[in-house]
Amino acid sequence: MTGRPLVAVVVFPGSNDDRDAAWALGSVGAEPTFVWHEELSLPERAGAVVLPGGFSYGDYLRTGAIASTAPVMAAVREFAARGGPVLGICNGFQVLCEARLLPGVLRPNRQLEFVCRDATVRVESTDNPFLHRCRVGQELVIPVKHGEGAWYADEGTFMQLAARGQIVLRYAEDVNGSLGNVAGVVNETGNVMGLMPHPEHAVDPLLGSADGALLLAALVDAAVAQRVAVPV
Amino acid sequence: MKATVLIRPKGGILDPQGEAVGHSLKKLGFDVRGARVGRVVDLELETDDVEVARAEIHKMCEDLLANPLIESFEIQVDGS
Repeated sequence: MTGRPLVAVVVFPGSNDDRDAAWALGSVGAEPTFVWHEELSLPERAGAVVLPGGFSYGDYLRTGAIASTAPVMAAVREFAARGGPVLGICNGFQVLCEARLLPGVLRPNRQLEFVCRDATVRVESTDNPFLHRCRVGQELVIPVKHGEGAWYADEGTFMQLAARGQIVLRYAEDVNGSLGNVAGVVNETGNVMGLMPHPEHAVDPLLGSADGALLLAALVDAAVAQRVAVPV
Repeated sequence: MKATVLIRPKGGILDPQGEAVGHSLKKLGFDVRGARVGRVVDLELETDDVEVARAEIHKMCEDLLANPLIESFEIQVDGS
């Protein structure tokens, strides 16, 4: 057993940010490992799971819809039910929504154009394992690159999520027509998070911003805690 | 037996694709008040029982074909 917590990065056919995610996780102290979507289980030592960005199954039907039914998702669901931290980035966020592990759904951008640029997001809630290294109101610069990033939920759900602190990141401006400028949400128990921006592309100041490292390092903290909480 | 599922953006849900299509039709001179764009899934099933087919397709829609948050679906079974 190394000192680094094991973080599973799930790979679907069409994932394309899996390697960047693994590299970035490694840079903040994790031992990343890839898990193919046909696997029925996660590595026993895994302290956290990342669903990376990409275009799983060619975005057929609806983004994330087919991936949400992949064999590995039963294991991810079970891991999340045990309180394990699960982070979905971009396509991973879409997959988690389609799997109903997160509230809402990601729809085509309002402008019907792919958006690819740095976005400023505001931290709305730090009462979760993913943003505890940030403070409420802090602005993070993290790139977005997506065609289906307009988060949507019905008004009642939206109000409820906001009241419970489940809306954790909002864009500082309208990026894609997302309801309430939502950029990231967590589940009711706070251990599953999805966001459209790509923290794994913002871990080195040389590439414009290292703000994403705050989030990924927090995930690594959570992975360590998870491994202590659930000894194997 | 053959069946068709029509999946539509739910009423009240913003449909940017439909808006763009409607806008283009207007530019072509068509007198269009609005357009909504959905999806068609043609299915071929093993069963010949209409009721069994309907029940099965309903489950397919709930499990995969439609997202109930934003889409409604209509099932058309041949011969029913």
